Amino acid sequence: MKSTSETAERETATEAVPAATARVLPPWARWVLLALAAAAVLYAPFYFAPFRVFQLTLVLVYAVVLLGLNLLVGYSGQISLGHGAFFAVGAYGTAILMRDGDIPYLLTLPIAAAVTFVLGLAFGVPALRLRGLYLALVTLSMAIFLPPLLKRFPELTGGSQGLSVEQPASPAWTGLAEDQWLYYVSLAVAVVAFVLVRNLLRSRAGRALLAVRENEAAAEVMGVRPSFYKTLAFAWSAMLAGVGGAVSTWVIGYVAPDSFTVVLSINLLAGLVIGGLASLSGAVYGAFFVMFVSSVAQDISGAAPGIASGLLIIAVMLIAPTGVAGLVRRLTAAARRRLAKE
Amino acid sequence: MLEVEQLTVRFGGITALSGVDLRVSAGELIGLIGPNGAGKTTLFNCLTRRYTPDSGRLAYDGDDLLRVAPFAIARRGISRTFQNLGLFPALTVRENVMVGAHQHGKAGFWSAPLRLPGVRTEEARLREEADTVLRRLELLHLADHPAAGLPFGTLKRVEVARALAAKPKLLLLDEPVNGLTHGEVEDFAGIVRRIRDDFDLTIVVVEHHMGFVMGLCERVVCLDFGRVISEGTPEEVQRDPAVIEAYLGTEA
Ligand SMILES: Nc1ncnc2c1ncn2[C@@H]1O[C@H](COP(=O)(O)OP(=O)(O)O)[C@@H](O)[C@H]1O
Ligand SMILES: [Mg+2]
Repeated sequence: MKSTSETAERETATEAVPAATARVLPPWARWVLLALAAAAVLYAPFYFAPFRVFQLTLVLVYAVVLLGLNLLVGYSGQISLGHGAFFAVGAYGTAILMRDGDIPYLLTLPIAAAVTFVLGLAFGVPALRLRGLYLALVTLSMAIFLPPLLKRFPELTGGSQGLSVEQPASPAWTGLAEDQWLYYVSLAVAVVAFVLVRNLLRSRAGRALLAVRENEAAAEVMGVRPSFYKTLAFAWSAMLAGVGGAVSTWVIGYVAPDSFTVVLSINLLAGLVIGGLASLSGAVYGAFFVMFVSSVAQDISGAAPGIASGLLIIAVMLIAPTGVAGLVRRLTAAARRRLAKE
Repeated sequence: MLEVEQLTVRFGGITALSGVDLRVSAGELIGLIGPNGAGKTTLFNCLTRRYTPDSGRLAYDGDDLLRVAPFAIARRGISRTFQNLGLFPALTVRENVMVGAHQHGKAGFWSAPLRLPGVRTEEARLREEADTVLRRLELLHLADHPAAGLPFGTLKRVEVARALAAKPKLLLLDEPVNGLTHGEVEDFAGIVRRIRDDFDLTIVVVEHHMGFVMGLCERVVCLDFGRVISEGTPEEVQRDPAVIEAYLGTEA
């Protein structure tokens, strides 16, 4: 067990600081590849049918949520089995604002972000006193109690029926269909979120966060205040989940308690582990998993998807503890070595 | 600079330190010796607020150290290394050293993600300073290597670099030459002498390696079973029957 976690950490380190890793591809080739990838991402909504575009948009939404969860679990070494709750608060808050408020929908995003940030802070403080299993249980109960709570106040939340909101329309000047417009809006949110988190991780604050995860006592001796970094990681993590929730309401146009059950929280964590802990790209891979599992969940009834994700987590932990991101890293490294030899 | 008075630390039935008195003046280089379990590391842990003593007083620069929060010790100018390493394995050597300089930066949870003005220059400065320290300790070629997977002796030196990056006034070294070869020990003694002069440091070094302590330190304090049993110049302490007996007692 020890040895697998050590390799996992080492790979994290190489990704965190790509500075000196041997690169075979010349810089221009990297830029060409990057440009091609960007072009594909930008062109996707014209290539795929509206339903696929909708699914890809959800992938972007989940990627933002997983990015937040990764900050908490992968980078700060805490755990949350209830991140679906922050996602739900963002989604419901946005739905309520769009129903009642006379504000432009884009404004619901900073509001959802602020509310979930504060909620995250409020949870982050008691989380300091809880470790491992206890923190897992407390966050899990948060996810369990939220749906009944939502049903409890029907005037506000629409009860079990949920709430429908008018989806944001595509501005006329764009000439885009609604699904395409929502795709680009979600893409913009996701890109901003990834840039922010990447900047954070490559800074003094990011190093302090990792230092606390790696060796809390040593970090403290070096002047890092562990409680501060852990609480802020929690708050940022909740905020990103809330942002994802807000965007999901724009995209889906509907919220209901049954979309935010504990299964969602478990799937998010499963997606993160499968995608790759402590890896930025892992959040994207994991998002595909979450979208896929959530969509089959509508076809298969009952606990089947929950069991499937549970088994998948175990399999991934055994076979590829660094997740898809780790596999991809290893494959590209192998390919590079082969290229270098030729 | 540092006054330890009647320091007592108990762990259940074990008394790790009992009524220890120690004075350290600015600029001194003190060796702290004593058999395993004598309480040397425990003393360091009290000075860096890892442990709170059961009784006694710790004064540093005239202030009561026991009122300083553990994370604020570094800001007071106290830094240390760990006997059994306290590095961050997933970070590179340079990043480890940069965490040592944590208190000399400001970038936080808002300014860093938004790359507010100053973040980039601060990052460049921290990196530059880390590299300067690494060069001093002849570690620069390992800067991008993960801290995991290097030899023990090298990692101990990385810890010294990290502690120095904090720009401390008082440096506590816990068995820094443990795991080094004979030649490396000599080299390291030279490094300690040089960094003390260049950075105006006060140093307390815990070490079993007698040759190292005797060659380097001006004053030596010997602990045994949590008590100071001898104190003086290296020669005096080395000749002290109590010290000889303490060491013989454990080896027998
Ligand atoms: N956290 C702790 N819990 C219980 N006992 C401890 C702890 N730290 C140190 N001790 C005990 O205190 C005594 C002194 O230990 P230590 O300071 O590590 O000795 P030294 O560094 O001189 O070898 C030992 O008997 C050790 O077992
Ligand atoms: Mg010790």
